Amino acid sequence: MTLSLVVLLPFLGAIAAPLFAQAGRTAIAIASSVPALLALATLFPMWSTLAEGGAIVQTLEWLPQLGINFSFRLDGLSLMFALLILLIGLLIILYARYYLKPSENIGKFYAMLLCFMGSMLGIVLSSNLLLMMVFWELTSLTSFLLISFWNHKQDARRGARMALAITGGGGLALLAGILLIGRIVGSFELDVVLAAGDQIKAHALYPYALTLVLLGAFTKSAQFPFHFWLPHAMQAPTPVSAYLHSATMVKAGIFLMARLYPALAGTEQWFFMVSFTGMATLLIGAYVALFKHDLKGLLAYSTVSHLGLITLLLGMGTKLAAVAALFHIINHAIFKASLFMAAGIIDHETGSRDMRQINGLWHFMPHTATLAMVAAASMAGVPLLNGFLSKEMFFAEALSLNLPGIWAWVPPIVATLAGIFAVAYSARFIHDVFFNGAPRNLPIYPPHEPPRYMKIPVEILVVACILVGVFPAFSVGPLLQAAASATLGGEVPDYGLAVFHGFNLPLMMSLAAFVGGLLMYSQRHKLFEFHARFREIDEKAVFEAVVSWVVERARSLTALLENGSLQRYATLLVLSAVVVALAPLWGMTLIGSDGLTPIDWPTAIGAAILIFCTFATVYIRRERLTSLIMLSVVGLFVSLTFARLSAPDLAMTQISVEVVTIVLLMLALFYLPSWTPSEDSKARHVRDLTLAGVAGLGMAAVTLAMLTSPFSSISDYFIENSKPGGGGTNVVNVILVDFRGFDTLGEITVLAIAALGIYAMLRNRELQAPSTDGQGHPWAFDAHPTMLKQMSRPLLPLALMVSAYIFLRGHNLPGGGFIAGLITAIALLIQYIASGNHWTQARVNLRYHNVLALGLFFATVAGAASLMFDYPFLTSTFTYLTWPVVGKFEVASALVFDLGVYLTVVGATLLALVSLGKLTPTGRPMSRTEARQES
Amino acid sequence: MEIAYALIIGTLTFAGVYLVLRARTFPVVVGLTLLSYGVNLFLFSSGRLMTGGQPIIGSTEVYSDPLPQALVLTAIVIGFAMTAFAVVLALRAKADTDDDHVDGTRRTDLPEEAKHTNPPREETGQ
Repeated sequence: MTLSLVVLLPFLGAIAAPLFAQAGRTAIAIASSVPALLALATLFPMWSTLAEGGAIVQTLEWLPQLGINFSFRLDGLSLMFALLILLIGLLIILYARYYLKPSENIGKFYAMLLCFMGSMLGIVLSSNLLLMMVFWELTSLTSFLLISFWNHKQDARRGARMALAITGGGGLALLAGILLIGRIVGSFELDVVLAAGDQIKAHALYPYALTLVLLGAFTKSAQFPFHFWLPHAMQAPTPVSAYLHSATMVKAGIFLMARLYPALAGTEQWFFMVSFTGMATLLIGAYVALFKHDLKGLLAYSTVSHLGLITLLLGMGTKLAAVAALFHIINHAIFKASLFMAAGIIDHETGSRDMRQINGLWHFMPHTATLAMVAAASMAGVPLLNGFLSKEMFFAEALSLNLPGIWAWVPPIVATLAGIFAVAYSARFIHDVFFNGAPRNLPIYPPHEPPRYMKIPVEILVVACILVGVFPAFSVGPLLQAAASATLGGEVPDYGLAVFHGFNLPLMMSLAAFVGGLLMYSQRHKLFEFHARFREIDEKAVFEAVVSWVVERARSLTALLENGSLQRYATLLVLSAVVVALAPLWGMTLIGSDGLTPIDWPTAIGAAILIFCTFATVYIRRERLTSLIMLSVVGLFVSLTFARLSAPDLAMTQISVEVVTIVLLMLALFYLPSWTPSEDSKARHVRDLTLAGVAGLGMAAVTLAMLTSPFSSISDYFIENSKPGGGGTNVVNVILVDFRGFDTLGEITVLAIAALGIYAMLRNRELQAPSTDGQGHPWAFDAHPTMLKQMSRPLLPLALMVSAYIFLRGHNLPGGGFIAGLITAIALLIQYIASGNHWTQARVNLRYHNVLALGLFFATVAGAASLMFDYPFLTSTFTYLTWPVVGKFEVASALVFDLGVYLTVVGATLLALVSLGKLTPTGRPMSRTEARQES
Repeated sequence: MEIAYALIIGTLTFAGVYLVLRARTFPVVVGLTLLSYGVNLFLFSSGRLMTGGQPIIGSTEVYSDPLPQALVLTAIVIGFAMTAFAVVLALRAKADTDDDHVDGTRRTDLPEEAKHTNPPREETGQ
């Protein structure tokens, strides 16, 4: 629990902190620091376990079936990062208190900062890789929100979007990589993955997994060629730049490489990909940093360069290099965070970050200047400061890398060159800002020292620079040892954390870098002229162009497929269905091993009529009424087919549905044109005929193949248990109301929803029907013929009785709720047709929504009743009663359920049809001749 | 028997698909109805074809498969609900656009420009 608490605390703080926003900046800063302090206090007692090289793992199950768990793991490496996150986070909270103006949305700022802190802690403490992935994406999101904190600035919004696109895209690659690793190892838990290093590296998928994971790491840690998002992220408020974009978030990628070091490192692919990427980033970052006039731009490129250095160290693959990498992570976080804070102070006090304007600040703010100069010296690698120590280790490792032939020279030369640039840009930072004449055109003049407490975080970090620089073994030795042991997965090589290692080659390289750097800085004007010859690429413009190009392509692709024509969509839909279905069926045997059975003459004639009428429906489709009559014949023969093939229930259902459907379509034809114009092109007809032909042939082939193949059914169970288990002899009905009652409940719910949808679509709508039919004939004068009226009225009680009979016998003989419901609906419908809406409505005073609701209610209650007797939902029971005259009969609880089905079917059918019938409020429209006769 | 049955399903599918691809709402609804006949018959036949084997206990020696029958029974009713929904959708479209074309806005009696849902690009720039 305690470890998950560490991760959870900042998130809780993020909810609580904004509540203090009204109380002022100091209150919210104090409130925000509480979660960080509590988290530190929680971590403190765990140190003794970790110092001995152990790890603490805590697991809460989340989705164990998918291998996702809330499992957290604390070892030396995660502790080192957690401390960086929490301690620097605390300093940032204090610093931001003075950096932000009271008028700004401080609640939002602190909430997001704490969210970020929690997500970052989540990354370093997660033991489950998928859980880590969730936090990884959360840091991308919070980073996006924090970069765009000043969202009124276009640059801030664009920078944020770019950062999100790059790190988010990398996140997707990382997710794929993690899934591959999970597939190789069979688990996402870190302990298992780290122990399976040899298995992963030997696996055929290893190159892909490694590439994908590295893509994630490189984008997050701003490695070349993805480095460009980082300088543009500097649009963020400076506390964010200091915290996210130098000390912590950009180290997440490096953390990931260190975390998975035992699982992935040590192969040639790792060496080439990681070390060359690191080398390129190191050089490019250091070179560009020198030419940036923007203070934060210089620091951003310097950060890129240092991240490259750490990546290069991790890529080298030796254990000492890994130790040096970890050491440099700490050192860089310390000096770069303090430099960013100093830059923020300067920005705050002068209103500018342009080094061509801010000169000679030594006279105005000597205290800040001293702090910044110490930190910058550490960045340059001046002895007795922490930056010197890890850089020395880096030089030593670059020398000891045994590459073949002339390549052996590459790492030391690159290292020295990068060192020269680093000294040069550090010198520029110090000399340009604090000396070099007087300030020019400052927006705020004269600048002052910042508020006292704003300098405290910088002072603490600068003291740390010196402390680590002078007493490395004392200050960070144990932590580094624990982290290195966790990273390397066991023993740690001997490394000397001394300030002075004697006059050796690395020291000479440092010296060369120092002299070379100062020399380069003194000749900077020539260099600037040289650099100015190249046109500077605006990454933001390039990125925007790429994004808008992609959006434009996506849009035109969408437009290509979706032109708004539903007819076209239907064609595409059928086409893809045909293609998808045809591919696996190609080359199947048409007639299976069971062979064919003979056909008798009546059946053959019925089939021929069915096929003929189907073609006729299509052929005369433009005369809609005739086509509809043909359709009804098809429906009739479909129900005959069911009757012939041993399905009496289906036959009865089909014939009743057929009646309702035809009435419905006739009603629709009253409003729609009765004639279809001929407007489709010939090519379209040919195309559609081909498509439909292929679909039809395919279905015929599949049917034939299926019918002639051997088969075993699961239905024996239903047939055996129908009578003893369900109390009915009509197996189909028992399946519907008992065995598969839950399905039926779902189906009548769908029915009810469809009916309500129809009702909603037609509610309060009026549709003027044409006054003549399509050929210009007026409608019949007698809307409700007397014969029909007189015949239909006595039919109603008879039909209702039949329906009751069919309903009651349904459990044992063909019938049941569905069929009885349809018969009742038809009986009522005849009244509507024969006598009109008004007449019927006045006599059958039913609100069909209520019938519908009642039906669903009955069905649900019948199901829920069994819960009261501790049986599962929809368990049915039955018993036998003996009544005089009637004799012995069976009563099943499923009958109540079937009653629900019955009512739902009645309600849905009539609701749909009556809503349709009510569309013309004044009844039937009159033709001109009729109107004349009336008047 | 099987060949005749396969031909029935093939014909229904052909007719249904062809009508569904037509431009006016009414043929589409008729097509959907035919298609659902075909689909229901197909699903039903997955229990194989048998005559005189109604699944009523005690009425015969061998029973046909009751499970596809139960499934198809509800499918018929839901198929009707779908047809009704499509019909009403068509009527609503007729009421709203005064036309029964499936694409809604296309009118043959209007001038050429009015046939496009979106105005051409050049016009929007003004």
